[in-house]
Amino acid sequence: MTDQPLPDTLCALAAGLLVLAPLAIAGLALINAGLGRSRSAAQSLVGSLAIFSVAVIAFAVLGSVFAAPGGATFSVAGKPWNWIGGGHWLMGNFAGAAPERQLQILFECLAVALVGLIPWGAGADRLRLAAGIAVAVLTGAFLFPLFAHWEWGGGWLASLGVNFGLGAGFVDAAGAASIHAIGGLSALAIVWITGPRKSKFPREGLATAMPAHHGPFVLFGCLLALVGWLAWNAAGAILWLHAAPSALALTALNTLLAAAGALMATLVVTRLRFGKPDASLCANGWMAGLVTSSACAALVSPGEALFIGAVAGVFTPLLVELMELALSIDDPTGAITAHGAGGLWGLFAAGLFAAGRGQFLAQLVGIAAVLGLFLPLVYGLFALLNRFVAFRVDPDGERLGMDLHELGGGAYPEFVIHRDDSYR
Amino acid sequence: MKYAGLLVMPTGFLIAVAALVLFPDPARRGVFVVCGLVLEAVGLAVAVRGHMPGARRP
Repeated sequence: MTDQPLPDTLCALAAGLLVLAPLAIAGLALINAGLGRSRSAAQSLVGSLAIFSVAVIAFAVLGSVFAAPGGATFSVAGKPWNWIGGGHWLMGNFAGAAPERQLQILFECLAVALVGLIPWGAGADRLRLAAGIAVAVLTGAFLFPLFAHWEWGGGWLASLGVNFGLGAGFVDAAGAASIHAIGGLSALAIVWITGPRKSKFPREGLATAMPAHHGPFVLFGCLLALVGWLAWNAAGAILWLHAAPSALALTALNTLLAAAGALMATLVVTRLRFGKPDASLCANGWMAGLVTSSACAALVSPGEALFIGAVAGVFTPLLVELMELALSIDDPTGAITAHGAGGLWGLFAAGLFAAGRGQFLAQLVGIAAVLGLFLPLVYGLFALLNRFVAFRVDPDGERLGMDLHELGGGAYPEFVIHRDDSYR
Repeated sequence: MKYAGLLVMPTGFLIAVAALVLFPDPARRGVFVVCGLVLEAVGLAVAVRGHMPGARRP
């Protein structure tokens, strides 16, 4: 990466790619809706639009201040540590910023929308719309911008190479840490705070299976997400790594290979475990492969990308099963595994395979920051927020379904909605 | 127990960051960063255990 401003042709290319990036958000929204229950489908999609809008506004108005380059730096042992950005308040610098910075802000606005949707899926069927919006405000205004500044805004993680000789510093071209790992850990915090869906974990016996209500939504969402991811990873490589145009085809190829490797691995694992491939888990595996590519597509070779994706595809179904059956974690969309674990594995693998002395250690420090600092921070802030805006719908609302309770109408008014005990 | 686990996790992060400042030697620095991550993993395991329904029942 150089400090030279991007040439106009690369800015134009990045702008074109960012126009396609929202397809990843659309894909995730479809996956969330499809993996939930039919009586919450409309609430899921309306919530996705609301969370998208609120997160973008919160980031633009407040979060961009903390994510911007510059800001507060203090010195420890003779090394500068930059912990928080210092931009202009209330979008004051957007119009006058250089084209490259404007593109970076656009990238971050789309990223923050994606971060908001990850925990929204995990809280499906019991997380209130108002709570989802409140979480998106907190994420967009503070949580995402803080980490985005550390890794993209010249913060202390980005400076690990300059200050401590750790490769190129913490590298995360397309947001495996700031978007997916933080989104996945936020999903874990949401699931812990809201608790499982009613009847999910009976006092005796195994967890109740609550299958996806719309498989085609889920699988089409996966294909839609691929288009968005190809654009996202290429745009990230241009904006944050200053990758040359000649490197973008390889980045896109690595994205494809990571997703394909993950899907095939999940297909084989579920075939061996259950006798037949599992569609929902295959979707989770595909997403986990895409998430790993966010960290490493611009840094590794095609063979390595395929391996990294395949490993994600192996652990995804096993971890989803472990969390549901052994740990009593009710995550209907598999967001904690696909985004949280997938993101952390991608960051680890990027350090393992990327060239550069000390790069692996820089990635480990970044992982330590996400896991050790952000999970407790997110949990604490969400638990506090839960005291003001109750996360969980009341029992009557859960029995009726989120669509009827929160929107007054269902997504499929001509169909019979199943009762809880029909899953038993 | 769930709060204890969540409180242990930032300690692991602080160990990882302190290793950067305290140890110029890459090997020792690496060992301490890994120790920090292990501590975070222990904290996460305790937090997960604390959130399991069985942990709330005597």
